[in-house]
Amino acid sequence: MIGGKNYMRLDWLMIFIFIALVIMGWVNIYSASLSDEAKGFFDFDQIYGKQMLWIGLSFVIIIFILAIESKFYERFASVIYIVSLIALAGLFVFGKTIAGATSWFDFGGISIQPSEFVKATTALALAKYVSDIQTNLTEFKNQIGAFIILALPAILIILQPDPGSALIYAAFIFPLYREGLHGVYLLIGFSAVVLFVSTLAFGAIWVALAVLLLAGILLFRNRKRRPDFIKYILIVAGCIVFSFSVSYIFENVFKQHHRDRFNILLGKEVDARGIGYNTKQSEIAISNGGWFGKGWTQGTQTKGNFVPEQHTDYIFSTVGEEWGFTGSMIVVLLFVGLITRILFRAEKQKTQFGRIYGYSLAAILFFHFFVNIGMVTGIFPTVGIPLPFFSYGGSALWGFTILLFIFVKLDGANHYYT
Amino acid sequence: MRKLVLIALVLISGILFAARLFYLQVYDASSQSLSENNAIKVMYDYPQRGYMFDRNNQLLVSNQPSYDVMVIPRDVKPLDTLEFCSLLKISKEKFEEILQKARTYSPRLPSVVIPQLNKADYASLSEKMYKYEGFYIQRRSLREYQVNHSANVMGYIAEVNNAIIEKNPYYQMGELIGTAGVEKEYEEVLRGIKGVKYIQKDRFNRDIGPYKEGIYDTLPEAGKDIQLTIDAALQKYGQELMTHKRGGIVAIEPETGEILALITAPSYDPSLLVGRDRSKNFTKLWYDTIEKPLYDRVLMGEYPPGSPFKTLTALVGLHEQVVDTLDRFQCYRGYRYGNRTLGCHSHASPLSMVGGIANSCNAYFCHVYKRIIDKYPTPQEGIDAWRKDLMSFGLGNFLGYDLPSGKRGNIPTSKYYNKAHDFPAHKWSPLATISNAIGQGEVLLTPIQMANFTAAIANRGYYYTPHIIKNIIGPDTIPKKFKERHYTNVAPENFKPVIEGMYQVYEKGTASGIKIPDIKICGKTGTAENFTKINGKRTQLTDHSIFVAFAPKDNPKIAIAVFVENGYWGSRWAGRIAGLMIEKYLKGEITRTDMEKYVLEGSLEAEYAKPYSGKPFSINR
Repeated sequence: MIGGKNYMRLDWLMIFIFIALVIMGWVNIYSASLSDEAKGFFDFDQIYGKQMLWIGLSFVIIIFILAIESKFYERFASVIYIVSLIALAGLFVFGKTIAGATSWFDFGGISIQPSEFVKATTALALAKYVSDIQTNLTEFKNQIGAFIILALPAILIILQPDPGSALIYAAFIFPLYREGLHGVYLLIGFSAVVLFVSTLAFGAIWVALAVLLLAGILLFRNRKRRPDFIKYILIVAGCIVFSFSVSYIFENVFKQHHRDRFNILLGKEVDARGIGYNTKQSEIAISNGGWFGKGWTQGTQTKGNFVPEQHTDYIFSTVGEEWGFTGSMIVVLLFVGLITRILFRAEKQKTQFGRIYGYSLAAILFFHFFVNIGMVTGIFPTVGIPLPFFSYGGSALWGFTILLFIFVKLDGANHYYT
Repeated sequence: MRKLVLIALVLISGILFAARLFYLQVYDASSQSLSENNAIKVMYDYPQRGYMFDRNNQLLVSNQPSYDVMVIPRDVKPLDTLEFCSLLKISKEKFEEILQKARTYSPRLPSVVIPQLNKADYASLSEKMYKYEGFYIQRRSLREYQVNHSANVMGYIAEVNNAIIEKNPYYQMGELIGTAGVEKEYEEVLRGIKGVKYIQKDRFNRDIGPYKEGIYDTLPEAGKDIQLTIDAALQKYGQELMTHKRGGIVAIEPETGEILALITAPSYDPSLLVGRDRSKNFTKLWYDTIEKPLYDRVLMGEYPPGSPFKTLTALVGLHEQVVDTLDRFQCYRGYRYGNRTLGCHSHASPLSMVGGIANSCNAYFCHVYKRIIDKYPTPQEGIDAWRKDLMSFGLGNFLGYDLPSGKRGNIPTSKYYNKAHDFPAHKWSPLATISNAIGQGEVLLTPIQMANFTAAIANRGYYYTPHIIKNIIGPDTIPKKFKERHYTNVAPENFKPVIEGMYQVYEKGTASGIKIPDIKICGKTGTAENFTKINGKRTQLTDHSIFVAFAPKDNPKIAIAVFVENGYWGSRWAGRIAGLMIEKYLKGEITRTDMEKYVLEGSLEAEYAKPYSGKPFSINR
């Protein structure tokens, strides 16, 4: 209940950061989408006017979420999850195709993107499954179970095809690890990323040689401890096979525009007029900011619409140009603060369900934050996912709002169980 | 451990982003300047270049509109190259070459494709320009010359080259800069300051209005007009007198140091260096190594001054108090020293100073010169004292006038002779340098230095730095240094006998045949031996004809030096020309039409052809 004395039990720090991010997001969307036809802040034909509407509606959603009894989310997690999967599958029948991906339902002019909401429902389902008294993540059977919960929405989203959004489901490895999944999964994941990137940068042959050399050195140093040769050989073989398959997939399965995205990141392409355009323009815009930025609506790159998708995925470049290093750092610190606060509160949860949900929320926000700002500042390849609460778009805003405020509600209700 | 992994990653990413943002926004500020910004186009508004007038306010040079076809390589879209080339009247290969050069210079900044179209070409091209994206026509103003003389004074403007652009960020590719003469010296005055407009562009390179409502834009500041000290009529007349001769004329107003005429011959019509044929014409002038029309002989030519230098020998002698005006020296048709003789022509002997100057007696000045050097314990000290006195007349160094080219000339030092004679292993006597007495030997002067020392004599002891600027129209004034008197070492009373001698040159001396009625002229003839190398062999050519003069004798209004290469004796060409110039300037009309006819019809082309004929030739005929 939000009335009475209990409202004090809400975590106002999280809510404050949420409001700050949403307002700053709107301010930058206004600047990035400002055009000559603008008729004031409340012109709903304009992008910033629509975003104002989505923000208003998101507060209605918040009231609903906080009004519902907190037990509801745990009890109905499976149902909500299944309904959301049906919605995702329904896209293949009723969906609207925008920019090559069938990710949208069209309700009389308003488009809804189910994948933005499925992150929340998946988090609920995973939290419910793992918190079940019978689930033990050290058992292979249960690992498979958790994997299926994550894989179903991810596969449906890849098929849209929207691989960028599907990538987010990798974030759930963090709550699983927190709940007892063996660390080797994290290690394998990390090694895979290192091998992947170095294969693309240096070629499979050099990576294979490096792996062999490293294994040789380790064997030599551990020779007195009777090393398990079979394990070594399997790991080395695994790494080399992985490296060569990455190379093969990259050259033969990936389309040219995928390859380009990685080549830009690895510095193999510097053509600012060609495929590196997005990243280059974004970097120029951010560089223009200097210490304190050019001031609101004064960014030249922003005004000239040089940065593509600037009001959505590249909104952070507007922050960089118009608010400078100072403004950019405030945004970065707000995100770091929000995620840290969520993790802090998650550890304080009395129920395992609440803790897993909190961790999932934090991991998803972190992935979005890291991939998006990494892309905009040119240290991560171009993966089109939004910056939470900041980027333009009703579905994304509502999806993150729901995700966050379910946790706010769970956290607030936490006190009843004492 | 399990609790810490994610929070650690969050904090690490925060630090990573902070570092990256710091690098992009604060540390690496390279892409932050306005002109580097691809969202902002810089447009220039070129002001009119200042006009030039002569001392009587006659217009010398004004402006005409010209149109350059420009390109910004990164904006070029695929185009019908053949059609465009035929409009531009160039070949396809040439076009590709120009475009490649422009790309190499900068894909972002404008480069010139075709410079200086005339109005007709512009008209036919402008209506089709819309078809060729990335190309546009830039209006500039070009020089329009009102006179066909004085090219060496006015100089010319040319497109800036990369070296200038690197040194001076004001200039952009394709812009014009004064590269010679007054155009170069007073570039910043004439040029004005171009206006700048910053235009905000969108990603399709369309203009979407002035950047920040134009708060960084500047208005052009018009170039200022300049009034020169030269007299256009005198300049034109001098140019005519010098036809078919090589050399030059410098006339200075002694009481101000203003240059009244600065003529070099052969010269060229300044209009040749304007318009589409500029580059063709320039190449032709540049590679004419025989006539050297771009070589300003009066500023750059270092010649042996010959007999006019004797006036200086006399002045230094008086100043050093080694000779009295009444001292007479015997001339044995020459000056004998050791077993050698420095020859002289036949005249009455012995002579005192006035007679020595009037008859240009070599022996007289050799005696005076030797006394000057012998006054000091060593010839080294003697030479250096002599040199110091001469340098006070502006010799042996740059004069400091306001034209961008010049030479020091040469007044030899004791160091020079020590080196030449391998001192102290071998000693040398003053007689080794005796040719200096009569302006031969090691002494070299530029014609403007000769005119300047003549002005100093006319002023009885001081000169103003010669200058070409009379007035900058507007708030600017001419530099103070042109209003300072430079006093020579020689006291005013010592000038009297020398001036009297120069007056006698006309009355009964070497120039008595070329007198101008009603004008008291003081002058001095000169006939200078000179040599060239033909196939590596030192060969003597016909003497240079030299004359310096000032008039009227009292209250002089003009000092002049005339130099005619290989013109033989002094009064033959240079003397006549000097007289005609003086009369033209002081009276505005010519009474000695016989002399004028002689000079205008005379040609030395046959003389100049001799060294190139490949055959043996005789000189001084």
